[in-house]
Amino acid sequence: MSDDPQTGPSRRAFLRHSALAGAGLVAGASVARAADPDPLITEVQPWASAFGDPVDATPYGMPIEFESHVVRRNVEWLTESTASSINFTPIHALEGTITPQGCAFERHHSGAIELSKPDYRLMINGLVETPLVFTYEDLTRFPRHVLTAFCECAANGGMEWGGAQLEGCQFTQGMIHNMEYTGVMLRDLLAEAGVKPEGKWIYAEGADASSNGRSMPLEKALDDVMVAFFANGEALRKEHGYPVRLVVPGFEGNMWIKWLRRIGVYDQAVESREETSKYTDLMPDGRARKWTWIMDAKSVITSPSPQAPIRHGAGPLVITGLAWSGLGKVTAVDVSIDGGNTWVPARLSGEVKAKALTRFHFDLNWDGSEMFLMSRCTDETGYVQPTKDALRAIRGVNNVYHNNAIQTWWVKPDGEVENVEIA
Amino acid sequence: GPALADKLGLGRPALPEEVAAWDLAVLPDGTGLPEGSGDVLTGEEVFAEKCATCHGEFAEGLDAWPVLAGGAGTLTDARPVKTIGSYWPHLSTVFDYVHRSMPFGSAQTVTTDETYAIAAFLLYSNGLVEDDFELSKENFTTVTLPNADGFYPDDRAQSEYPLFTVQPCMESCRSAPPQVTKRAIELNVTPEDPDGRPAGSLPLVTAAAPAAPAE
Repeated sequence: MSDDPQTGPSRRAFLRHSALAGAGLVAGASVARAADPDPLITEVQPWASAFGDPVDATPYGMPIEFESHVVRRNVEWLTESTASSINFTPIHALEGTITPQGCAFERHHSGAIELSKPDYRLMINGLVETPLVFTYEDLTRFPRHVLTAFCECAANGGMEWGGAQLEGCQFTQGMIHNMEYTGVMLRDLLAEAGVKPEGKWIYAEGADASSNGRSMPLEKALDDVMVAFFANGEALRKEHGYPVRLVVPGFEGNMWIKWLRRIGVYDQAVESREETSKYTDLMPDGRARKWTWIMDAKSVITSPSPQAPIRHGAGPLVITGLAWSGLGKVTAVDVSIDGGNTWVPARLSGEVKAKALTRFHFDLNWDGSEMFLMSRCTDETGYVQPTKDALRAIRGVNNVYHNNAIQTWWVKPDGEVENVEIA
Repeated sequence: GPALADKLGLGRPALPEEVAAWDLAVLPDGTGLPEGSGDVLTGEEVFAEKCATCHGEFAEGLDAWPVLAGGAGTLTDARPVKTIGSYWPHLSTVFDYVHRSMPFGSAQTVTTDETYAIAAFLLYSNGLVEDDFELSKENFTTVTLPNADGFYPDDRAQSEYPLFTVQPCMESCRSAPPQVTKRAIELNVTPEDPDGRPAGSLPLVTAAAPAAPAE
């Protein structure tokens, strides 16, 4: 056991004292006393006297103006064209697990197309007994299912492989959204066409110019892949594939084909552009992994974070974050305030669902000193989220995709927060 | 299994013309290739007309647009140049992707013969065929790209999961205090709010000190 004050028992003792066991621990803290009465209380405010907006003012509402920072953001220099590009979910400002569709990230390869339900067609062809064409109305007549799943871009955090680059979890972890989907199971559509025994792979492509065709093994297609038309209670947004997209729980976002127009059944993988040139992961020996479909266990503290500094001073502090795994349910999230020397389990808040975002909270009595905040997710397979160094030791720095490393936030005594790497 | 469930009788049979119109995919073994052919010189003309404004006359890429040729032998470099010649495994993907999704902004405007010709020109640009080469449905699968063996299926279940599926350290995990080695703030490439903070930073909601009561 070290006597070093930074790593030894005193540091641990600090952490132990800092983690609130319950509200009782703060009861002794002095409560500020107002010197003068607060006019927001003592004076009648306009909203307590006059009318607010009538019920016919807003048939479909937008967030109140004060929340205008909770929007998708683009980083111009990341791509050469905004039609084949990415934007980022404001996860630093959200709570719970459901992503509001209006600020859920977008990734297109030839823009967000407008495809009406009357114009919509879905074809199933290839190694099937009967190639079929469905209209949108046909799809609405299949038995429906509901599932909640995260859609994480394979490139989420990809800019961070070589170091700490962007300032804010919106930018470093925000290529993700999590919605409650309703749709029909792909297996039910395939049954209607009748997959022949030689059919081993399906190939799904979209109606847009990029088509985004991807292959996946028939086993996955018959397991939990959904052909979805509702998200978070309403139709998909145009930019998320209206009127029909593929939902592929646990798999990289690129495979969640939007504006889905065709499912081909083949005896081999197509090895399309999006699974050869792209979404293959270069390794140190110059070879590359292909078919890295699953998104591994991952987490991030969403506040405090660079876009969500601590402005309230020392004392009770809510640490909140997201954890997820493409291999199943999150079983634990540990939090460290000292750069990974000491870890304490966080609370998993709300219902934990497989292959879906999970919210965690960790209540701290912050003493106002510098912290190196980290979170570490464990999933039901026992897999523990690795450090970036542990991943780079195996993969090098040119993997591009699948960065599920532990994120470090450097919290300064003034409450400002930085994206850093530490040694 | 679920695939054997009773049919509901929804949908209608796809007609051959419909399947032909939408199933344009070409597989690595040549499945899906249409009849046709095109040579390097024809490809050079088509490329100059339809492709070179972004990808350059020699497929070398202009500005930040994708580089389609070059980069051979760079895959272990600090900054690899991944092109058709240096990285892609299959010619089928070149044909398929160009035919279906290029030119960017006016896709599905190149004929099958033009696509064969463009593919032949891209092979030439990558130093893989002579300038009199003609690519056709018949000889297509005789072409092997340099990095055909450069890929292997996901092996994380063997190479990573056992390493990371261990009881994690909870206390005294570090041998030394943390040292900051990289700071994003030093790159300063994140979009900013007018006050210089990272774009989208939460606004101040801390209650202001009560104003002095009016006299």
